[in-house]
Amino acid sequence: MTTDTGEVLAYDRLVFGTGSNPFMIPLPGHDLTGVIAYRDLEDTQRMMDLGPDHKCVVIGGGLLGLEAAAGMAARGVDVTVVHIMGHLMERQLDEAAGYLLRKALVDKGITVKCTANSKEILGETGKVRALLLDDGTELPCDLLVMAVGIRPNVKLAQDAGLAVGKGIHVDDQMVTSDDDVLAVGECVEHDGAIFGLVAPLYDQAKVAAQTLMGQQAQFVQKELSTKLKVTGCDLFSAGDFADAEGREDIVFRDPARGVYRRLVIEQNVVKGAVMYGDTADSNWFFGLIRDKTDIADMRDTLIFGPAYQGGTPLDPLAVVAALPRDAEICGCNGICKGQIEDAIAAGATDLGAVRSTTKASGSCGTCTGLVEQVLAVTLGDDFVMPAAAVICGCTDMTHEDVRRMIKSQRLMSMPAVWQECGWKTSCGCHVCRPALNFYLLADWPLEYQDDPQSRFINERKHANIQKDGTFSVVPRMWGGITTPDELRAIADAADKYMVPTVKVTGGQRIDLLGVKSEDLPDIWADLNAAGMVSGHAYSKGLRTVKTCVGTDHCRFGTQDSTGLGIKLEKELWGSWTPHKLKLGVSGCPRNCAEATCKDIGVICVDSGYQISIGGAAGMDVRETELVVQVATEGEAIDVIKAVTQLYRENAKYLDRIYKWMGKVGLDWIKDRVELEGPALVDRFELSQSIYRKDPWAEHVQTKAERYQPLANLTLEAAE
Amino acid sequence: MSDWIDIAPLDDVPQRGARMIKTALGCVAVFRTAEDEVFALDNACPHKGGPLAEGIVHGKSVTCPLHNWVISLETGDAQGADEGRVATYPARVESGRILLDRAFLRPQSKDGVAA
Repeated sequence: MTTDTGEVLAYDRLVFGTGSNPFMIPLPGHDLTGVIAYRDLEDTQRMMDLGPDHKCVVIGGGLLGLEAAAGMAARGVDVTVVHIMGHLMERQLDEAAGYLLRKALVDKGITVKCTANSKEILGETGKVRALLLDDGTELPCDLLVMAVGIRPNVKLAQDAGLAVGKGIHVDDQMVTSDDDVLAVGECVEHDGAIFGLVAPLYDQAKVAAQTLMGQQAQFVQKELSTKLKVTGCDLFSAGDFADAEGREDIVFRDPARGVYRRLVIEQNVVKGAVMYGDTADSNWFFGLIRDKTDIADMRDTLIFGPAYQGGTPLDPLAVVAALPRDAEICGCNGICKGQIEDAIAAGATDLGAVRSTTKASGSCGTCTGLVEQVLAVTLGDDFVMPAAAVICGCTDMTHEDVRRMIKSQRLMSMPAVWQECGWKTSCGCHVCRPALNFYLLADWPLEYQDDPQSRFINERKHANIQKDGTFSVVPRMWGGITTPDELRAIADAADKYMVPTVKVTGGQRIDLLGVKSEDLPDIWADLNAAGMVSGHAYSKGLRTVKTCVGTDHCRFGTQDSTGLGIKLEKELWGSWTPHKLKLGVSGCPRNCAEATCKDIGVICVDSGYQISIGGAAGMDVRETELVVQVATEGEAIDVIKAVTQLYRENAKYLDRIYKWMGKVGLDWIKDRVELEGPALVDRFELSQSIYRKDPWAEHVQTKAERYQPLANLTLEAAE
Repeated sequence: MSDWIDIAPLDDVPQRGARMIKTALGCVAVFRTAEDEVFALDNACPHKGGPLAEGIVHGKSVTCPLHNWVISLETGDAQGADEGRVATYPARVESGRILLDRAFLRPQSKDGVAA
């Protein structure tokens, strides 16, 4: 075998795993910019980058096309699905279920055109502009996604002289027409079939491995079932449901609830099932199809599902409990109930552990509920069904749901969020309001007006409340550097306002504790006059940038760590973040500024700056992890701004960076920063054009009276 | 008999907010809801004496800034699992002005009702 670099490799056995390519319909204009397939991460990212107010046309009303369409519609994109057949997902659904699915998608704001033939893709300056149908309709679009199936990649096999049809021909042992060459995956054709779902591919790989080891194994095509992963569209299909001689239907319809069930029966055996709207029993029906169960005795009540077979209705857990050990739970990975039970017995006692040991529910995720039910049945009272982490009692939505809604539906005020997300209280509570206030100002810095009444007192009064109701005042000391004049002004203020405690903080600045609310504007005015501003020691925002003395004084310093710290603090101060944000810059790996336990840390080295994130030194103690090393201060500042903006836009309120990183993964953060760094920096700067200012000076000017009592009636008589 | 004292313009208290009034016997918090109702309560949480006027106002409740006790503005009762009560005083709005009954200037009996 010869590689593209001309290297020649000898083999005893060779395995083809060349996969498949998405099929691109060769319409005129299919090579325009903005015409993509739906195949890889890059395609997905292109779709996700399409913001609200954009238009997208999806060609193909199959599984993949509809999942793409629903995903984009949920993000506010105006989506039209163009499908050549008479109803959607015609390979998995009959016409009635296709109709219900179409109705549900139209309700989600998606335009669906069936029996529609694409004629030409129209462009403008090399970029897609619209799709032209053969009836003359023009569908304008900024992005056109073709999701019309795959073609096995057989070019190399064909050139090598292997037998090739639609795919590379293989026998039951996955061996091709050449005894020393095997093939697996989407590139193969087995018994006339090609494969696009993941479950049979895993089976093929197992068979190929055994064949290679000289063991007997046989690949058998199994019945496959399909579920659509679109929220609110519960559908299931399995087996063969085409009309044919000797086949009978049992159909159940409940139009008001949008429920449809159809079973196709041949000689007392279920051959196929289509379910829409209520698919809770789908696994049971799938089992009947796969096991070719004789249903003659239960035919009368068959359509109502397992709960109505043989007497009293069963609860869902009992249905799962009644499943045999070889009942398949996870179709993607071919995991049976017995394997999950064994994993639980071996110590996997929650969903995450079962998923990591067996892979069950680890691919598409639709069987997650079922896996949880197996856990519940097996563990009994020891299992606690995880509740979805809703924000608070005011809503049934999670933080992630609400953030998505704010972005995709362009919700720019708190009443808009309450309305569109179905808040159950008139004006939220102390838990959700601060979170919503942050999400809105982070996503709409220009449009949204910060709401002080939705902020915790510290952020409303720009000082930290103490247990006796007094406040603490911390002026900013950029990078921990101060001057004799600043120290004199702080000392004078401490005297003048009779501050009981003066403390040096861990963030390299000075805390004046025990200041009365009424005195806050005056002490701020005095500190402002000496050139000092708020240190935001009270905010879910940038706190401090701790530094060491770096090359200015230290004999080990490699860079000007103090200077970089000051620059960073001047760029980032005033920014609001999901939780507090502390930075550190150390001038050498001795790390005197303790940068590696900060939210964002910089370690200076001879060749540049190592930027790492996700440290913690509170309830959890964690070391930061490296994002990137850069050569210049400017690059370091940009990377830190990009990471901060990514964190602002995506993290759950009150998650520090390390918690957020635990959810999205460091690799994702690195990719985003690398791929859209400049755009993130731009958005950070846009937000900072509003928020990079001293709130103390502003409150002294405009709100000083709010710090005084509304009235002083100490001399007023009771009678 | 009621004896209403004119305290301040309604607009001096923000919606979903509060301000504090000093009296010879301690501080009273005046709350204004999103619907422009006003309520007056002692400015001390029954838990650890936290200043309720600095709390977040939601519906007809306020959350204490120290440990998140939620207090009903109508009854002064701690909500949920917490137990305790804050004294409340008659308050109303007339012609855009906040009026409080003079009761809030009198010493309180133990059960939180004006003597």
